[in-house]
Amino acid sequence: MRSRLNTLFDALLPVFATLAALGVGMIMLLILRVSPLEAYGALWEGAFGSTNAVAETLVKATPLLLVGLGICIAFRANVINIGGEGQMIVGGILATQIGLTFTEAPGWLIIILAMIAGFIGGAIWGGIPGILKAYFRVNEILSTVMMNAIAVQLMNYLLRGPMIDPTQLEKASKIPQTARLVESFRLLRWAPTRLHIGFVIALVLAILVYILLWRTTLGYRIRAVGQNPHASRYGGIRVRRRMVTALLLSGAFAGLAGAIQVYGVNYRMITDGSASGFTGAAGFNGIVAALFGQLHPIGTIPASIFFGALLVGANKMQRVVQIPSALITALNGLVVVFVVSSEIWRRRRQRQRLAFARAAEKDDAPPPSEINPSAEEASTS
Amino acid sequence: MADTPYAVEMKDIVIRFPGVLANDHVNLTLQKGEIHALLGENGAGKSTLMNVLAGLYKPSSGMISIHGETVNFNSPKDAIAKGIGMVHQHFMLVPTQSVTENILLGLDDPKFIMNLAEYDKKILALQDQYGLKVDPTAKIWQLSVGEQQRVEILKTLYRGANILIFDEPTAVLAPQEIDDLIQTMRSMVAMGKSIIFISHKLQEVTAVADRLTVLRKGVATAEGIRVAGVTREKLAELMVGREVVFRVEKKPQKAGDVILSVEGVSAENNKGIKALNNISLELRKGEILGVAGVAGNGQSELAEVITGLRPCTGSIKINGEEVANQRPSKAIKSGVSHIPEDRTKVGTAPNLTITENTIMKNYGDAPIGNGWSINFTEAREYARGLKKAYDILAPSVRTMARKLSGGNLQKVILAREISSSPKMMVAVQPTRGLDVGAIEAIQTLLLDQRERGTAILLVSEELEELLSLSDRIAVIYEGEIMGIVDAENADINEIGLMMTGTKRSEQ
Repeated sequence: MRSRLNTLFDALLPVFATLAALGVGMIMLLILRVSPLEAYGALWEGAFGSTNAVAETLVKATPLLLVGLGICIAFRANVINIGGEGQMIVGGILATQIGLTFTEAPGWLIIILAMIAGFIGGAIWGGIPGILKAYFRVNEILSTVMMNAIAVQLMNYLLRGPMIDPTQLEKASKIPQTARLVESFRLLRWAPTRLHIGFVIALVLAILVYILLWRTTLGYRIRAVGQNPHASRYGGIRVRRRMVTALLLSGAFAGLAGAIQVYGVNYRMITDGSASGFTGAAGFNGIVAALFGQLHPIGTIPASIFFGALLVGANKMQRVVQIPSALITALNGLVVVFVVSSEIWRRRRQRQRLAFARAAEKDDAPPPSEINPSAEEASTS
Repeated sequence: MADTPYAVEMKDIVIRFPGVLANDHVNLTLQKGEIHALLGENGAGKSTLMNVLAGLYKPSSGMISIHGETVNFNSPKDAIAKGIGMVHQHFMLVPTQSVTENILLGLDDPKFIMNLAEYDKKILALQDQYGLKVDPTAKIWQLSVGEQQRVEILKTLYRGANILIFDEPTAVLAPQEIDDLIQTMRSMVAMGKSIIFISHKLQEVTAVADRLTVLRKGVATAEGIRVAGVTREKLAELMVGREVVFRVEKKPQKAGDVILSVEGVSAENNKGIKALNNISLELRKGEILGVAGVAGNGQSELAEVITGLRPCTGSIKINGEEVANQRPSKAIKSGVSHIPEDRTKVGTAPNLTITENTIMKNYGDAPIGNGWSINFTEAREYARGLKKAYDILAPSVRTMARKLSGGNLQKVILAREISSSPKMMVAVQPTRGLDVGAIEAIQTLLLDQRERGTAILLVSEELEELLSLSDRIAVIYEGEIMGIVDAENADINEIGLMMTGTKRSEQ
């Protein structure tokens, strides 16, 4: 009974954390002399108040969910992928190139090819840090971040040169963007909203990732490597290969997010010189969504929608109550900080419960620190 | 005694951990200017006793006095204040900092300005006093293991220690460095320091110590006897004992064909030091070959080399097929099962369920898997069967491995390893840390396997266990087989001597 209550509490912890973050946000709003009720009302209105609002929320949630799925795979293998931004960009570039090259081909074929190209582009961009980590012991956090920087510059170069819209070449402005995709190549849309079928694709993939992780040999190996590489090696699993596989797949999902962003929303690639100009920072926010979803593919679905809602609703809030946009960013940040710290808290509670259970059994010597509390501090000082 | 109080007097020390009596009314006295050896097997309670003296643990009862003054340590700081310094087996140094910086680490002086050159000189002076040569400006990572140990010793001396505890100081050293260390210890006692020297190597103890105390399973079997009067045979007996707690029933059985043959195998440990030196042995069908030795003499490396987890030179054949330097999966496919030394780090993945842990080696085989997918209904059914057959106590097969007690965790590993019907089994410390009931259950399982015709290599530090389970016993010391004896009529003292590297038995 008690354990069930504990489980329920753990599951709801992110919700409590969010409420706490909104509580702190309330104080900030009060300092700005804005009614928190009105502000949060506008936030809700903006995110879910109309069909169009809901559609926009889901549009924002789509790349978050896709990147988040990749993050679930990588983090389950205990490799950290901070390279979602770069992987999205490379996926987007390859997918765009497909659409620009074969303008005469049937739409369904190009869409499939473009999605595959995005998947492969992201896989390459994630796989390189994977190989560097597994075989050359390069820290994957550093290498994935560096790969982001490379991807951005690659995009800027291509969109200013080889891939630039030919009509822009004739103009003086020379906006760094590609030509628009042919109409038949665009993903199916629920007009008049911008919601496209990419969201459904992401939902289906969430289920597939769940099956991959918990129903297949590969998923079992990836999770075993993440839980205990020594035991995995002893069990005959090729640990290094599985690390590469995990980063590769992780990148692939981000790459797909890039491709879907192009074919579902923008219909072209355009750069403002930064990564988030194209990705909307989904490569980073996807990590947060996955953590919010407890690194579970199915849990990542509501988590992505939540963060999508926060992004869309914040715009409305800004317009209605006239607060600086910096506050919106701060509010997002607060949610992230609270959710991530609640995760740490949850783990600590879990460990404590385990320690209690062990103490009840009384078959193990406690660690020295429990015998002489001051000893640990002194020996570490 | 009244005029010259002992440097250290520990009286009736009892240390009780829940369920374990680590020290049972142990007495230890250290005279000023003597080297006192503390001898015993792993887990005999030597380190626990010394951790009490260093202020890390509080004894459940008993009294400690330093230079005649009764003390009550609440932390290592209190012990340091009384002039007690411990040289740990695992060095506690910052690799990127210089020798001087490491020695000053954590001290209140220098207060703010680090005038290192001045302190370099102080440390050089200290070095001259004791003959501990090491460049004060060198960075720790540039030093050899022996030099790093000197830094550790200097650290305690700089803090004014006059009672030094050396925790198995020779375990990490090369022979020449051991000689240097013994020289240093002698010059230190000549300067009036007192030393407690923890070891399980008889040679060194008899070479350097004045008196010694022997611990066995938390009880002192000898308290402060003079080294001069005792033979090594006597010491070995005091250390390993001869009583047998219980013996499981072992049927006489003739060994069959050779399953495993190891020829001229050498390997390095994780630190790159030679851990196995030209090992050769044979293991037959239906036979248990015990490997005896004090921990860290190459047993773990031997097990890892055979199971494909560690590279080596030489040849290892299983049923005539070469398996040395292959992938671990190759050994698994050749029918080798492995009960690893470390249950939680290697044997299982703590955050996976019992089911996921039991299928670790057959998740690809029907009916559980088909190569790419896993049928978890079947897997759970399989795990339930094992849970029942091996009497694993857990709420369900969905329970995480980390929630199991040591004995039940070991049963999960055994269940997995035995159910693959192995031709050969490498079992490393299969009963360490378990209670009597679990020990008996696991020993019975091993004997059942022997009757089934499995060839078993059993590495253990428990001599009684080896004597009751094995057909033959190989004794390993510093990576070399000192001799192989029949378990039936083995002389425990002879084994004890070989374990401490004193004698090679005639074959």
